[in-house]
Amino acid sequence: MTKTPPVDDWATDYDIFDASYVKDPVPVWNELRDKCPIAHTERWGGSWLPTRYEDMQTFVRMVPALSSQDPLVVSQSKEEEAFDPILEEYGNSAPPITSDPPEHIPMRRLILPLFTPKAVEPYRPYAEQLCHDLIDGFIGTGKCDAALDYAVHIPAKTIAHVIGVDSERSDEFVGWVRGLIEEGMTDPVKRVKYRGILRQFFGELVDARKASPRGDLISRLLEQEIDGQPIARKAVVGMCNLLLVAGIDTTWSSISSALWHFSTHPEDRRRIAAEPNLFPSAIEEMLRFYSPVTMAREVTEEVQTGGVTFRTGDKVLLSFPAANHDPEVFENADRVILDRAKNRHIAFGIGSHRCAGSNLARMEMDVALRVWFERIPEFELSDPDAVTWAGGQVRGPRHLPFRFPV
Amino acid sequence: MRVKVNAEKCEGHNRCCALAPELFDVDDYGTATALNDGNVPPELEAKAKLAVENCPEFAIEYVRDAGKPSK
Repeated sequence: MTKTPPVDDWATDYDIFDASYVKDPVPVWNELRDKCPIAHTERWGGSWLPTRYEDMQTFVRMVPALSSQDPLVVSQSKEEEAFDPILEEYGNSAPPITSDPPEHIPMRRLILPLFTPKAVEPYRPYAEQLCHDLIDGFIGTGKCDAALDYAVHIPAKTIAHVIGVDSERSDEFVGWVRGLIEEGMTDPVKRVKYRGILRQFFGELVDARKASPRGDLISRLLEQEIDGQPIARKAVVGMCNLLLVAGIDTTWSSISSALWHFSTHPEDRRRIAAEPNLFPSAIEEMLRFYSPVTMAREVTEEVQTGGVTFRTGDKVLLSFPAANHDPEVFENADRVILDRAKNRHIAFGIGSHRCAGSNLARMEMDVALRVWFERIPEFELSDPDAVTWAGGQVRGPRHLPFRFPV
Repeated sequence: MRVKVNAEKCEGHNRCCALAPELFDVDDYGTATALNDGNVPPELEAKAKLAVENCPEFAIEYVRDAGKPSK
């Protein structure tokens, strides 16, 4: 990652890639919520950072004054536009996440039925078998990297299975997705490279399914129509791109964050191991406390709010993670309470862009944690200093060295 | 006790049907509806309260018999 100068004043010069912020952003949010509550920075192309739950609820509904056309936390720079050979053809388009009205709802309605609670349930046995197979691979050694040997594979292979692409290639997919939204966020050359690879891959796949449909997800998308017109190739490629990109880093982060929490909070670990009926509320609490995803909006009409003015072209970060720690809404917001009864968290975003894959993510988290606790109820970090976190668009642990009794 | 889902506010988080599948269902687009005309049997009142208090869209409310929303 590019080195940037240290932050002195978070209210006027924050850095979402600052190592201490990535590791533990909670103290910064608390300071800003009391002080601003909407911070600003010129770093990484410039942006605003609201921190209150109520502001996030308001901003998601300012459509299209706060547009979704570029939802990445760092905008593409002008230089990048100049050297990206596919930008003209595809732009940044990955509908429906990059869509505004009137395109948004019809696009979104193409994928929502694929991810209802009932639609994702048939993938549960696949995920369960996968989790057992992964654990079989390391349980005899008494150690593993829970982020890299376990958590990452669950969403990567499951979403590949759902889309109908070769799940044996999941390590490659993870590399592309990290290249695009993790390392690529601060490195435009990398971002362009991996976006190109993803477009190429899905472009070829969409053409192949068009030539000979297979009844899989891509073939089904190609059969759909909006207002009597087939969906443009570019849009189907963008949608596939979205499903893969949004389906990997996010849930990987959530599963890893939960495992990190239980490895460092033995009282919570013992409690959930003894009371598996707590999993549903505990998973929601993990989603609240360690919300991985920050989305962004681009200002298309001037907005005056909370003592600040968003001007056309400004970027506004929707820090759902910060909102989920707002003490105005959550009692003891900075404490994990496994059986928290009142939990209106917005880890999956809110408003018309609410995460379309949330039911799949929840099912994967449920399976990943239940199978882990069934097989490995006692575990701890073997080397706390070796833990690393990724941050920015998606925050979560990327190395988790664990040891456990054999 | 009676509950209702405000379809205008519901954005399909599906928290209600996860917490209280006896009381709520969702359609293909994730929009929730209260089952059984929103009537909550006494043994499910705690679950109904959970659904109300976990909805991120504030889309579920209690209904008085007169049809007026109550707190």
